[in-house]
Amino acid sequence: MDALYIILTSSLFAIACGLLGCFLVLRKMAMVGDAISHAVLPGIVIAFLFTGTRDSFEMIIGAGLLGIFSTFLIEFFHKRAKLQTDASIGVTFTSLFALGVILISVFAGQVDLDQECVLYGEIAYVPIDLWITDSGTNLGPRALYISSITLILIILFIRIGFKQLYITTFDPAFAATTGVSVALWNYLLMGSVSMTTVAAFDSVGAILVVALMVAPPATAYLLTDNFKKMLLITSIIAIVISILGYYLAVMLDGSIAGAVVTVAGIIFGIVYLFSPSNGILFKRMAQKREAKNLAQKTA
Amino acid sequence: MDTFIEFFSFSDPSIVSVVIGAVLLTASSAVVGTFTFLKKKALVGDAVAHAVLPGICLAFILSGTKNPIWMIIGAFITGWLSLVIIDHITTKSKIKEDTAIALILSVFFGVGILMLTNIQHSGNANQTGLDSFLFGKAAALVGQDLIIFAVVALILIVTVALFFKELKLIAFDSHYAKALGIPVKHLDLLLTSLTVLAVVTGIQAVGVVLMAAMLITPAAAARFWTNDVLKMTMIAAILGGLSGLSGAYVSFVAPSMPTGPWIVIIISVLAIVSFFIAPKRGILARSVQQNKLKQQILDENLLKELYHLGEKDDDFYRGRTVEALIEERYFPKQSLKIGLRRLKRQGFLSQRDGKWCYTEAGKLKGQRVVKLHRLWELYLSKYMKIAPDHVHEDAETIEHIITPEIEMELERMLEYPELDPHKEKIPY
Repeated sequence: MDALYIILTSSLFAIACGLLGCFLVLRKMAMVGDAISHAVLPGIVIAFLFTGTRDSFEMIIGAGLLGIFSTFLIEFFHKRAKLQTDASIGVTFTSLFALGVILISVFAGQVDLDQECVLYGEIAYVPIDLWITDSGTNLGPRALYISSITLILIILFIRIGFKQLYITTFDPAFAATTGVSVALWNYLLMGSVSMTTVAAFDSVGAILVVALMVAPPATAYLLTDNFKKMLLITSIIAIVISILGYYLAVMLDGSIAGAVVTVAGIIFGIVYLFSPSNGILFKRMAQKREAKNLAQKTA
Repeated sequence: MDTFIEFFSFSDPSIVSVVIGAVLLTASSAVVGTFTFLKKKALVGDAVAHAVLPGICLAFILSGTKNPIWMIIGAFITGWLSLVIIDHITTKSKIKEDTAIALILSVFFGVGILMLTNIQHSGNANQTGLDSFLFGKAAALVGQDLIIFAVVALILIVTVALFFKELKLIAFDSHYAKALGIPVKHLDLLLTSLTVLAVVTGIQAVGVVLMAAMLITPAAAARFWTNDVLKMTMIAAILGGLSGLSGAYVSFVAPSMPTGPWIVIIISVLAIVSFFIAPKRGILARSVQQNKLKQQILDENLLKELYHLGEKDDDFYRGRTVEALIEERYFPKQSLKIGLRRLKRQGFLSQRDGKWCYTEAGKLKGQRVVKLHRLWELYLSKYMKIAPDHVHEDAETIEHIITPEIEMELERMLEYPELDPHKEKIPY
């Protein structure tokens, strides 16, 4: 039963992250996702201080706002100070992350958070952290609810805003002429990225959220040019890596989140080399065949 | 104050080693970071910082010790590997660089965490403290670390100094460098190795996430103060060293405070201040410049419209009301009044019973703007073959920035024309 809870939670988070990640990868904003996942840290600590609990609604909102704030800062340094994009991302997220770590040290006694759990989370605790009502009824693991709600919200968001998200991703100039606000949808997307990050933080940690946002979409991107198919393949990969990752972690007696990401990396590697349409090996073989044909023709 | 004196008198040898360690590290990574910044590869440092983790774990598994030499070798190998893979993915597939960086960064880190937790669960008593590589322990630097830092810092700075000219060239124009016969590929490799070396050693002091800041932020700050690469490198080193020193001081005053994050906060504050106040490139300087330009454009447009009004009734010195001006061309009333008053102060306009009229100098200036406008329109339609009804917009902007030299050249080229494409007289 514990294994099922863990795999289920991990799959739900991985799908939510992966769906958003598809947009990030295509918008060339993968590193913005990485930046947000680090930059929400001070928001989490502050929300922690106010609410005193790890999985309150306020905390997700608070940290979500901080994520949007970091997007705003990146834009500000880039547009107003004319700082190049990569440096603007780098300066923003490292300084916010540093601020978060300092806040943790300052309030060390009051905040039940440490650097380790921030960086790599612990999904193995999912079955232990149960939601028990005041009357004593056991409703099952808390994280399962959080991950389900997150995924439902993300699917709703993508479903409702699909047209706008799609057009602002693929043709922002055209979007602007048809009256779709590129900036608004950018901030909405970044807001969702922040909230998903925060919701998944506890279970999978900051860096591994990034892996879930990037690895499955990048793999799917190598397998198809159709965006809807890409979303679908991403979701399938998310489930597969959650299952395989769990058993790899059990086998090696190590972090589940780490193992999930490792499997995601391995799958990417396999697709990268062997994908029928884009794989490096097949491309090379095709090139050789062509060269051979050419040689025969000329001979 | 006592702690301040105690700290900066450096009488305590442990303070000395922390300070020297922190300053050497931050300054030398800032120097390397300057070049990754100029190559627009600032986030590569972040990738390396995460990618060293599996290397460190692997070195521990294979050697069974926490000997820093082994750790550095292991970290160096996976850090380096990560950059090679990122490069391969970016050049050989349709995946863009940012995705490749984020992917490799997180996957390497995930693998590292899997290995780290595996080591921790294996019950090897020797492993405690291995994760200090993740978070950094600048305050706990000891003599042996210091020697390594000093050697690495020296290697970094000397190598950059030796290859300064070549690195500068590939940072700006690698094609040109290649044409000059400079081994661009080898130099790229050299820069990669320097970056990895800086990250690998720096991580022990400031930790994984913040190491990226040590590379990026000093360079970003320095960029705002100068256009000269040598100066930029030095400013970055000084800012980096300064933040290293202050970070060490903070954690000396408040021992529970983590040194690494404080170093990053201080250098970030220095950078953000630079973004705002730096002369020429700073946000403030830029907005002052923009305001000046806006004022100049408004003033010149006002004088130009007065000239147009004068052309209409052939009386250039007649007084005009604000309303008449607005009717000729729309100006926001508030800025219009400010502009008119400014022009009066400067002696281009005078005021008679509530109406505004040219002074001698004002008419000359207005006339010049009109002339430039019409000359440019003529130039566009004559030499650029642009239809006369499309030239106005362009002339409207260019008229404010044409220098007297260009003005003379235009006159000469167009042979002192009488009329513009709209058959209006060009005033001389």
